[in-house]
Amino acid sequence: MRERGIDSYLNGVRKLDALMGYIKFNQRTAEIDASDLKHKELNDLMRYCALKGARKIVLKNVCGQRYIGTRLYFPNDIKLEIEIYGTPGNDLGAFLNGHKIIVHGNAQDGIGNTMNDGEIIVEGRGGDVVAMAMRGGRIFIKESVGYRAAIHMKEYKDKVPVLVIGKTSQDFLGEYMAGGIVIILGIGLKKEKHYAHYIGTGMHGGVIYLRGKVEDYQLGKEVGVVEMDDDDWKILEKHVGDFAKYFGYELDDLLSGKFMKLIPVSKRPYGKIYAY
Amino acid sequence: MGRRTPEKDIQACALFGVMNKLGKRFGCEMVVTALKNMKVRGNGLGAGYAVYGLYPKFRDCYALHVMFQDGNIEAKRAVDRFLNENFDVVDDEEIPTNPEANVVDPPLLWRYFVIPQKKGKDKVLSDDDYVVSKVMYINTKIDDAYVFSSGKNMGVFKGVGYPEDIAEFYMLDQYKGYIWLGHSRFPTNTPGWWGGAHPFSILDWAVVHNGELSSYGTNRRYLEMFGYYCTLYTDTEVIAYAIDLLMRKQKLPIEVVSKIFAPPLWHIIDHMDEKRKKFYTTLRMVYGPLLLNGPFTVIVARHGEMFGLTDRIRLRPITAGEVDEYLFISSEEAAIRAVSPELDRAWTPPGGEPIIGRLEADLDEVLPSQ
Amino acid sequence: MKSYLLNDFIVERIEDRCIDCGACIQQCSFGVFSRDKDGKIKIQEEKCVGCLRCVIFCPTKALIVRPNPTTYRPNSYWTREVIQDIKKQAETGGVILTGCGNDKPFKVYFDHILLNASQVTNPSIDPLREPMELRVFLGRKPDRLEIEFNGADDVEIKTELHPNLVAETPILFAGMSYGAISYNAFKALAMAAAEFGTYFNTGEGGFPKELREKYGKHAIVQCASGRFGVDPEYLNCAAAIEIKIGQGAKPGIGGHLPGEKVTEKISETRMIPEGTDALSPAPQHDIYSIEDLSTLIYALKEATNYEKPVAVKIAAVHNVAAIASGMVRAGADIIVIDGFRGGTGASPKIIRDHVGIPIELAIAAVDRRLRQEGIRNKCSIIASGGIRCSADVVKAIALGADAVYIGTAALIAMGCTMCQRCHTGKCSWGICTQDPNLVKRLNPKEAAKRLVNLLRGWSLEIKEMLGGMGINAIESLRGNRDQLRGVGLEEWELEVLGIKGAGE
Repeated sequence: MRERGIDSYLNGVRKLDALMGYIKFNQRTAEIDASDLKHKELNDLMRYCALKGARKIVLKNVCGQRYIGTRLYFPNDIKLEIEIYGTPGNDLGAFLNGHKIIVHGNAQDGIGNTMNDGEIIVEGRGGDVVAMAMRGGRIFIKESVGYRAAIHMKEYKDKVPVLVIGKTSQDFLGEYMAGGIVIILGIGLKKEKHYAHYIGTGMHGGVIYLRGKVEDYQLGKEVGVVEMDDDDWKILEKHVGDFAKYFGYELDDLLSGKFMKLIPVSKRPYGKIYAY
Repeated sequence: MGRRTPEKDIQACALFGVMNKLGKRFGCEMVVTALKNMKVRGNGLGAGYAVYGLYPKFRDCYALHVMFQDGNIEAKRAVDRFLNENFDVVDDEEIPTNPEANVVDPPLLWRYFVIPQKKGKDKVLSDDDYVVSKVMYINTKIDDAYVFSSGKNMGVFKGVGYPEDIAEFYMLDQYKGYIWLGHSRFPTNTPGWWGGAHPFSILDWAVVHNGELSSYGTNRRYLEMFGYYCTLYTDTEVIAYAIDLLMRKQKLPIEVVSKIFAPPLWHIIDHMDEKRKKFYTTLRMVYGPLLLNGPFTVIVARHGEMFGLTDRIRLRPITAGEVDEYLFISSEEAAIRAVSPELDRAWTPPGGEPIIGRLEADLDEVLPSQ
Repeated sequence: MKSYLLNDFIVERIEDRCIDCGACIQQCSFGVFSRDKDGKIKIQEEKCVGCLRCVIFCPTKALIVRPNPTTYRPNSYWTREVIQDIKKQAETGGVILTGCGNDKPFKVYFDHILLNASQVTNPSIDPLREPMELRVFLGRKPDRLEIEFNGADDVEIKTELHPNLVAETPILFAGMSYGAISYNAFKALAMAAAEFGTYFNTGEGGFPKELREKYGKHAIVQCASGRFGVDPEYLNCAAAIEIKIGQGAKPGIGGHLPGEKVTEKISETRMIPEGTDALSPAPQHDIYSIEDLSTLIYALKEATNYEKPVAVKIAAVHNVAAIASGMVRAGADIIVIDGFRGGTGASPKIIRDHVGIPIELAIAAVDRRLRQEGIRNKCSIIASGGIRCSADVVKAIALGADAVYIGTAALIAMGCTMCQRCHTGKCSWGICTQDPNLVKRLNPKEAAKRLVNLLRGWSLEIKEMLGGMGINAIESLRGNRDQLRGVGLEEWELEVLGIKGAGE
């Protein structure tokens, strides 16, 4: 078998013409039934719909398809809203360029991988490396995330990405963070205790607002805990406010409770370990 | 064994396991659907399944699945002789397969249902140890013959092809089991050898594995001291033997064994209370050479139990799902949803914490004998 | 009789830099510099040993010390060294002594072994951000643990455990006796080991009483052939005991500390009269065969209530694998193997340069033999003898060692320049001398800081290499020969080392 062993991603992908039966158009909204669509086929159809004028795309029966939202880079400023029913696959919204994605369910690993702009809202949990190298836009996760969330998140001047996590995360939250805002709310935690270790290890920019309890030894050695000020509360009101709106919480409930502000204590944490 | 070990196979893959905790047997559709959903994780160069409870008629015999490379008849005769000398061969036949299936160069596949006939010095061995030694003999001494399944009332079916093609080839729709494991492979070495696919199995252990052990050299050499010789140059082999040593021979429970394979970090141990600190420190001190380093997710099954585990810093994914009496363990959540869109619970434990499924009934009561 | 020997070194002064401060006269302990009757600084080159003290301490960098360019006619067989040695023996009729370790161009196996790095199929791990664990346990381990399982967090251990040393890094300080090295150097090693969380070895010179309380927990005390200073308190104050059978620099022969170096303090520590020569016999006179070793090991365990691991140190010789196997069966918890590059304060040069085998081959052979016999778990192996850098440490561990001893490298960190004149007792750096004026040149606190820096720098480098290999705990490197490849090695060498050639 000549094709065997090479590129199973492109294997058996059908051409667009064969897939027209999966779409239903209704003015500016397109609905796609994703059952038994391969990853590329779904993304081909989504791009086709966008080019045909859809500004809202509803995906039904999504089950593991990857890179949803990634194909939608357009040089002009078209912004779409994508609603997903089902479980999107890895790298949801990777390299997202300004669209809005809503997931009615759980999502997997790599949400918002190197995302540039836009919004991703997940009404469930996220997997590992959420918001990896994210450089702009906002991600809202209703429940918890896995390992290495916000790893190497970055910011530049007023392009500041935001990740809001409802419950908790696992180890290495904010690893190697160079910028951006992470807010973790601890909703539903027993005794408000987070269990992540190595929080902010390698952090050299950005800020983590943590609601709940962590011990000192759970924080990376580059992290310092400081007092919140008025500007911090303004940031929280904005982003936690939107979180509350999206998922049906009361903002006041969420803003009460003890918040810790975690920031890096040095821009060059590794200056002393090299000998020239 | 000198320095000339062939190049190790790299395991990049998709894993899936499903167990009915009440012991009710079911068919292959769930595991095949799940693996099809994760198709891009494999590349068609290997796939396999393990089924528990599929041979009710021969439930007290060891079911040996043997492959003969290139259909080597001499090898088969040698194995027939060997088995007849050392076992009571209750039944044997070619494993029924579908020649139309899209698989690459299948070997000759045979199954034997055997009962140990121990003689002389071997009489002191337990049945299990006896079977292990005979399987090791065939795998190391009889060329072109390889026993790839050797448990009671369970069987491994694997080879070179996509998961759905392997399922079609072995006609898995004729079997029913209460635990099914499935694996789809993305090997980086040239394929061709059916034995290189997963699951890897010894006695009724079956292991499917995603990842690569950077500690393979260390683990392998430690196991050699206990009589386990790694002949297949895959990391998975080391994991299966380590589990056999720790769980069957040393009778350690999975909660402890998972802490041997994926121990907590010193940073965390140093902050524990005295009792736990002493326990974890001792465990690492004694079983250091069995620490599995490098990224891995494994799903392991034996009669009555299925568990999943990831490495201590979770470099590979795992998701568990539960609905009614079913437990699912998978590389991706979507694969579970493809099988059961509604779940009571979906979760991912931290690295080093096992997902454990145990039969909630007595095995003998639950499995039929016809 | 008139000496026919050439100077080893010449000393040159850059005249327009020299400010005539006389620092060189102060610093040189070999009497090279002096003022003549006119007050000009005079140089006696024949006394120069190339220790470079004057060069480093000259405030204007006005001095150059280099090998004497005067040569015999070039001859690859009758080399300068060979000719000089013959003439020296013709003049003295004696055994030529030297210090430091083997300096001859035998093949360095470390330099023919390369390490792996993980890519694509396995991630390398970032040691600066993700945890990287170097903690090692040295001692006997059981084959399995018997436990009582009452739930995931409530486990009782039933197996009786043997005592183990716990080091935060796999680098320990090798045995260098107080007597061979100065009190300040000895103390610096103790201080650095305590600060970093590793161990130092007292060598066979005893353990000064005033240091025992603070540093005993980090000390491995030696019970050597001379049994110097071996009393029950000495044994019980330490973390472990090492029976020294031999060392890499002088396998098979004993040691000699000249009477001049046996000062009052040494006399007190070693418990021998002041001014006598401290002679260490060649064998330990109660160990003439392997069962005697077992007797001594258990005697020591009894004397310390089975609370401390007992190590046995041997030089790497031809049948080191068989000897090691015997030692483990005799009850040793830790085996120390000293390769032929090991250093010393004094050894006959002919033994130092021609006896013993490389540590790389020895470790590989011992590790393989112990595994073949199924007894590798029963002991830890410490590799010693010419560990020069962190890559050597990683390679030694991958070949099968649990940890390494550094001796020469530690001394170099404190200031040693490898002039190989330790046996004269005139070390201008204050390291290998008992002359109080020279000893005070070495500040223990500052020397300890240099040692801690060395351990820290090497430990960070080891973490980088481990991370590169995709390993985050040192126990996964031990014996992991798959992470090594050889270049420029012959088939038999690859076979002994148990590694593949690069590209295989």
